[in-house]
Amino acid sequence: MTRALTLLRRRLVGSVFVLLIVVIGSFLLLEAAPGDAVDAYIVSTGGDAGMIELLRHRWGLDQSELTRLANYLWALCHLDLGRSVTFSRPIRDVIIERLPTTLILMGSATALSFGLGSALGIYAGARPGSFRDRFLSIGSLALYAVPGFWLGLVLIVVFAVDLRWLPIGGIETIASGKTGLARAADVVAHLVLPVAALGFIYLALYLRMMRAGMAEAWRQDFVLATRARGLPRRRIVLAHVARNALLPLVTMLGLQSAQMLGGSVVIESVFAVPGLGRLAQEAVAGRDAPVLLGIILVSAVLVVVINLLVDLAYAFLDPRVGASEASA
Amino acid sequence: MSEFTISRRGLLAGSALLLASTALPTISHAQAPKKGGRLIVAADSEPRNLNPAIVASNGVFFISSKVVETLAEASFDGKDGLEPRLALSWEGAADGLSVTFRLRDGVKWHDGKPFTSADVAFSALQVWKPLQNLGRTVFKDLSTVETPDELTAVFKFAKPTPFQLIRNALPALSSVVPKHVYEVGKIEDNPANNAPVGTGPFKFAEYKAGQYYRLARNDSYWGKDEPYLDEIVYQVLPDRTSAAAALEAEEIQLAAFSAVPLADLDRISKVPGLKVITKGYEGLTYQLVVEINHRRKELADLKVRQAIAHAIDKDFVVKTIFLGYAATATGPVPKNDPQFYTADVPTYPFDVAKANELLDEAGYKRADDGKRFTLKLLPAPYFNETKQFGDYLRQALAAIGIDAEIVNNDSAAHIKAVYTDHAFDLAVGPPVFRGDPAISTTILVQSGIPDGVPFSNQGGYKNADLDALIVKASETLDTAARTELYKEFQKKVAADLPLINVAEWSFISVARDTVGNIANNPRWAVSNWADTYLES
Repeated sequence: MTRALTLLRRRLVGSVFVLLIVVIGSFLLLEAAPGDAVDAYIVSTGGDAGMIELLRHRWGLDQSELTRLANYLWALCHLDLGRSVTFSRPIRDVIIERLPTTLILMGSATALSFGLGSALGIYAGARPGSFRDRFLSIGSLALYAVPGFWLGLVLIVVFAVDLRWLPIGGIETIASGKTGLARAADVVAHLVLPVAALGFIYLALYLRMMRAGMAEAWRQDFVLATRARGLPRRRIVLAHVARNALLPLVTMLGLQSAQMLGGSVVIESVFAVPGLGRLAQEAVAGRDAPVLLGIILVSAVLVVVINLLVDLAYAFLDPRVGASEASA
Repeated sequence: MSEFTISRRGLLAGSALLLASTALPTISHAQAPKKGGRLIVAADSEPRNLNPAIVASNGVFFISSKVVETLAEASFDGKDGLEPRLALSWEGAADGLSVTFRLRDGVKWHDGKPFTSADVAFSALQVWKPLQNLGRTVFKDLSTVETPDELTAVFKFAKPTPFQLIRNALPALSSVVPKHVYEVGKIEDNPANNAPVGTGPFKFAEYKAGQYYRLARNDSYWGKDEPYLDEIVYQVLPDRTSAAAALEAEEIQLAAFSAVPLADLDRISKVPGLKVITKGYEGLTYQLVVEINHRRKELADLKVRQAIAHAIDKDFVVKTIFLGYAATATGPVPKNDPQFYTADVPTYPFDVAKANELLDEAGYKRADDGKRFTLKLLPAPYFNETKQFGDYLRQALAAIGIDAEIVNNDSAAHIKAVYTDHAFDLAVGPPVFRGDPAISTTILVQSGIPDGVPFSNQGGYKNADLDALIVKASETLDTAARTELYKEFQKKVAADLPLINVAEWSFISVARDTVGNIANNPRWAVSNWADTYLES
């Protein structure tokens, strides 16, 4: 337990600095992009000089960059993410509305790629070099090489347009009036295709990593020892070879979650899923810096939390991890 | 209904068809409209401010025009191309100082309060004139609106204002919002801007960010038996390929504003149950224009501009980039405009040899590497077609020894680079023709416009003759004389080439066969859809 607490403390202190650097860096980067929120807005409206000046003033864009950054950070200290000019709503609401969708979509996709990927990886790695190993390795690599939007469109054409088994996009049937379980089933049906598109692409990462780790482990002396002891093959594969190959996968899971939490602009657009990825893209296109910063902050916090969990899982899987830190 | 379901081959006739389409009679439907049903429409973007009285743009109208109505709407066969909505009649005084509107009786706002002339006066003076993107120009001289009774509104102008201009502005600029909702607090911050209240056939019901907008039938609409639909749902589909798939899967019934990419139309027109419709956008013409920075010494030379005009093969652009769904342009007014267009202007047929000759004459000889000079070319990123034309223009210029370097930006960066920083030599832009040159066309060439105003002359072009003509036309009250002046304007622009008009295009709708009364006015996609229906 002390090991866990030490990890937690060290991580939290570091995280605050990381978040501050992330916020200031992102703010300056977005400022460096040519054009501001008013430029982005008048693309669709046009307008005369007076109207443009009025808008800049109302949206606070006539203040200097530093003033705006200072104001933003000051509000942030009060846990206020600010107000979006393009959505004319509090940013907290805009993000909270999208967060569950992204968490469900990305969580399911990660679970699918991790679960199926490592299972198939064990299957392939149980007999490295066999036919099934070659087949799975090459097959998953082919999937990994496919662009996400294309895989998404193929799935749509086959399952939504031709077979009409599944809905084409969105997160649920529009204004269906469904509640409870019926609504949950509706959401699940809508998520099948986007989760499959995302999950299948990353499947290869886990599969190949698992398989490579196991191929490596088979050559270790302790495996020879377990065989000499006459352990059943199934037990050797699962408890000794696979468990030792699992550690890098957990690391990968932590890294991957960071990428996943940002949402996937491509898959969310193709399947019209209202997630954080699309929101971030709109925020950049609309030069709505506070919205983008809000998304970055929320996902950064989640990434920190998930990596903490990964570290804890690590400590659980490998007794050597953190032992020296706890005693120091 | 096959008369307006036009094949691609038919469209290659291009300009002739655009002209003819305005003359087609309104659609006669085979059967009586059915009541009820939910129409699901693709939406590719999500406008935040849905108040069309403040933001007069097609993106907002697409949704809001069903909720908030204008005084009049465009029409194929009505007098002066208009048909009544909230106003029954409009009459301009001979001195150009007043316009009198007689309003429709018995109209109610969605919250049950009666619609009166006070609402019109409030909208005009408090919203259109001070806040609206286009109204700020057109209604700049509006001083008061008198309301002698509940159904009469008299617009008074401080300076004579052409009645023709006010009339042409009605369909897009005259959205009436309720005074009692907007008179409390700041108009810009009113919650009704995100959930509009109007008099239209549909009430605003619901908006789920990133998912959909839902409009529900207004049971006490003034139109007899209208609207036919129970609901209109705008499903947000940011990916255009998915919009086509959604139509095929029958999840949506209509994709307007070319939500289906041009390249997919050929295939999708063969899908049973779907129809491709090119009518219904005659009043929403976009122009493909080469914007020129006259601060560049070479481009300030008329011969160089003429050479560029001769180097562009407009027919090729229409056929290859727009796949035939466009018409070649001759000048700053599109061919399909019924009031102002004239073909009697200098033209620049595709002629590479002549272009090269002109450049030689201008003194820009080819260097040893075959190049005369280098230009920075900024294609606007808003449409696929503007980007593709940028690539074409680069090749066309290469053929006459001009090396164009393409700079790609996103929308905000493009607006800043071209209209504020003037960091371009040539730009490709898609200005909109809004039924009258005074609304948003003359500013493309007029001088003296402050920096930062988008879709205006930011190329440093100055022509005293042309400026004087623009001012004169804006003060000319007689419709015939005013129209003549704008014909003169087209000639002058085509002769001096402050910019080069290449093509004109509108949008395409794809709909299921079951959707009835589509495209029955020149601004159909942004009109109120009171008579649209779904066959079961």
